[in-house]
Amino acid sequence: MNWGSILDNTASFMLSPETIGFMLAALGLAVHFGYAGLLNFGMAGFMAIGAYGYAISILSFGFPWWAGILVSIVGAVIFAIILGIPTLKLRGDYLAIVTIAAAEIVRLLFQSRVFDEWTNSADGLGGYHTSFREANPLPEGTFGFGPWEFTSDQWWSRLFGLFLVALGLLLVWLLMRSPWGRVLKGIREDEDAVRSLGKNVYLYKMQALIIGGVLGALGGVVIALPSAVIPQYYLPSLTFFVWTALLLGGAATLFGPIIGAVLYWGVMAFLAGVLPAMATEGWLPISSTAAGNLRFVLVGVALMLLVAFRPQGLLGNKKEMTFVK
Amino acid sequence: MSSSTPDPTVPDGPDAPEGAELAGIDDDTIVDTLEVEPTHEIHHTTHLAKDDAAPGVAKVDPILVADHITRSFGGNKAVDVDHVEIPRHAITALIGPNGAGKTTLFNLLSGFDKPDTGEWSFNGRSLAGIPAFKSARLGQVRTFQLTKVLARLTVLESMKLGANGQRGESIWAAVVPPLWTSQEREIEERAITLLKKFKLYEKRDDYSASLSGGQRKLLEMARALMTQPEFVLLDEPMAGVNPALVQTLLDHVIDLKSEGMTVLFVEHDMHMVRHIADWVVVMAEGRIVAEGPPHEVMRNAAVIDAYLGSHLDEDIGVITGRYDEEGNRLS
Ligand SMILES: Nc1ncnc2c1ncn2[C@@H]1O[C@H](COP(=O)(O)OP(=O)(O)OP(=O)(O)O)[C@@H](O)[C@H]1O
Ligand SMILES: [Mg+2]
Repeated sequence: MNWGSILDNTASFMLSPETIGFMLAALGLAVHFGYAGLLNFGMAGFMAIGAYGYAISILSFGFPWWAGILVSIVGAVIFAIILGIPTLKLRGDYLAIVTIAAAEIVRLLFQSRVFDEWTNSADGLGGYHTSFREANPLPEGTFGFGPWEFTSDQWWSRLFGLFLVALGLLLVWLLMRSPWGRVLKGIREDEDAVRSLGKNVYLYKMQALIIGGVLGALGGVVIALPSAVIPQYYLPSLTFFVWTALLLGGAATLFGPIIGAVLYWGVMAFLAGVLPAMATEGWLPISSTAAGNLRFVLVGVALMLLVAFRPQGLLGNKKEMTFVK
Repeated sequence: MSSSTPDPTVPDGPDAPEGAELAGIDDDTIVDTLEVEPTHEIHHTTHLAKDDAAPGVAKVDPILVADHITRSFGGNKAVDVDHVEIPRHAITALIGPNGAGKTTLFNLLSGFDKPDTGEWSFNGRSLAGIPAFKSARLGQVRTFQLTKVLARLTVLESMKLGANGQRGESIWAAVVPPLWTSQEREIEERAITLLKKFKLYEKRDDYSASLSGGQRKLLEMARALMTQPEFVLLDEPMAGVNPALVQTLLDHVIDLKSEGMTVLFVEHDMHMVRHIADWVVVMAEGRIVAEGPPHEVMRNAAVIDAYLGSHLDEDIGVITGRYDEEGNRLS
């Protein structure tokens, strides 16, 4: 077994656009669930809207890359509003059901042949990179060190993604330490109590849904930046992977989603290397492809153990959790 | 305004002498008195109604006027109030047996539930169809029978959350702290003053979830006061609160009146009602069956019927189960 290359791949993946996109999406979920108590199980829908909004703006309408990102943001805002209007007045569990369905509807619409002209249906979209790469301020060549050696374009999408993460963190930090954030946390605890104090609970929940949704869409953009947009990527399982990252780090913490995303992809990349290698060595009685898929089973088990034994996540406050109903 | 001690026509237990809290009397009596009576001197407000006390009687200066309010759950008419007015700058008690519809009426008046029919106005402004948060903003704030604490907010945070008109609660201003930090300081000062008054100051940095039942009642009331309301609706503010805290709460309720607020509270303990209420509204099976000044109401046949059945000559406090026939506190 080649441990060196497995560890190298793992380390490299921890700084991949996918990991960075997960940071943003998990941060968005933290706003939804950790701070506002909204059970959004449709994050994949927001990510799909982000990715498609970006790709379609460039490919079909000739927008520059930054305008594509603006379109993604607007798309996420609209999706959040459509999702929120009928559901935010209902109890939390209904929101969970509706969001899961809405995200699937979004994916199926992108996948259907009806909008083939723009979405290329099941084949997805690619080749929209020129505009973003032209904006690359970095010098040509390959640089970095150790496992983190990337080309100029690879660095550009990573650095831009990290820049968005930093902006997102700043926004969430500013919001959650403000009276606005206090109202939001109050709503998470008991929305009727907050309502009785004269706060427009519905408006706050809508604002939280929009902010978290926009962060999710930006996550979708960052993942799509250097790669392609394929509808099958935005399955409900994507939502649950983001949830795993969030719960791993700690739902109501600022850096929990970031650490969670890095760890999640670290473990996934490590298992993706180790398990097939173990199968090849004959240590596992299964084919190496099956071994590769075994990681999803292990991650599922890990999520269950996490929720049962450390529900506050790695960064969460143990004391706080003793009071969770 | 006139000052009066409890009415002598109401039969008191032998160990509950009037004005005992002010006089130097023997230890047994003090202990007994501490359980139920506020330490503050009580000024009962009188001449609240325009007419003789009767259900629906017009008030000289009503803060809230409600008409034809009905609310049914299935076939059960939980509330069926034809007309009621709540007097301003007074403490009104809403009493009635379990299931009489008191909490349902609170929910309707505060916008937490929608009536099947009915109109009501607060300060002359119609509140029918107005969402709960708006009626709270107009100055009519409520607490809940089943206390609602914000578990994972600290006591101080919950208090600050209560303050109204916060600039930093707008999402745009929230990201620009200079716009709200000075106001935040004022709010914190106000919260701390109230917390000291409600004996929760030591708990300010604890999670609200760690408070005891009685402390939660105190916090909920203090939090409601952070909104600087004009009219406070308290649903059983003393339920499950130990006698020492009950006394604190009674004092606070009386203070509210002296600070110019109007109070409507639900309470099952007739001793307390008699001590602090200026006006009593009695509900039974959804209707208002009697209203009037405390001592009059407690002699009223309809009240005795609703509460006492055939126990005509007994103290109401006995029936509510908190006192035995000798007037000693049971719970
Ligand atoms: N959400 C509801 N669904 C069905 N019935 C209800 C509901 N809320 C209240 N009721 C019924 O309405 C009636 C009045 O209830 P309410 O809670 O207003 O009584 P209450 O006077 O506050 O009693 P208590 O003194 O026990 O608090 C009861 O018969 C109750 O069963
Ligand atoms: Mg009740």
